[in-house]
Amino acid sequence: MGCLEALKPEILLSQTTFKEAREYIRKNIREYHEVEPGYRIFDVHIIGVPPLYIGIEGGDLIFPYTKPCHGTFVVKVPGGEEIARLRARK
Amino acid sequence: MTENDSRDALILLGCPQVPVQTSMALYLVHNLAQRGIRPVIAGTPAARKLMEVADPGRHYLEEMTDIDAAIDEITEKRRDFDLCFVFIHNDSGVAYAGTMAYISEARVYALIFGEHAEDLAGEIEFPCEVVAAKATHNPMPLKRRLDEVMQWAVLRR
Repeated sequence: MGCLEALKPEILLSQTTFKEAREYIRKNIREYHEVEPGYRIFDVHIIGVPPLYIGIEGGDLIFPYTKPCHGTFVVKVPGGEEIARLRARK
Repeated sequence: MTENDSRDALILLGCPQVPVQTSMALYLVHNLAQRGIRPVIAGTPAARKLMEVADPGRHYLEEMTDIDAAIDEITEKRRDFDLCFVFIHNDSGVAYAGTMAYISEARVYALIFGEHAEDLAGEIEFPCEVVAAKATHNPMPLKRRLDEVMQWAVLRR
């Protein structure tokens, strides 16, 4: 599993709430998958209250990244093997 | 032996920018330990350092861990807790508490404080015990609310 920082994430939404991050992904990303709180992607956990979404756009993943002091960011990174793992979920 | 002998509690610290957090966390740790409940503290490096410096003799602090490591252990079912206290003064705190309510079997307590305590309490839409007080510099309003709840923590499973 890779390190998120090393993937140089593009920040689509900065210092927002986990609810606004959810809405951003739901409204702007055509393919998105619901995951449970704590779902691990690369070296980070998806934090928040369900429903939580991870989007797929081409070869990229778009997901909420919550930091205790700075709120939630929506980030976009190359998905790699995480895309297949996400799509394989029921 | 009492029923508390094997019980433990996770104390999830938020961003330490609001002064009452460290003071209330130490107070909570003390009260849990007094009742035979082993406290484990998880937080950011800065939040943990504030605790360590405040208790150089380690009279109150026992185990401390990184916040992500704690979530890792719980989501991977390697560890869980009887009680979980989440310190909340911003939206991230609500998000972490919601995550704990989902991934852990622990009874979750949302300790909400700071300037926007009432608004944040209104954001809690998951099963947990809400302990909220508008406390920023003076911990007493939150301490009073916590004292009421501590009775529940030791009496109810």
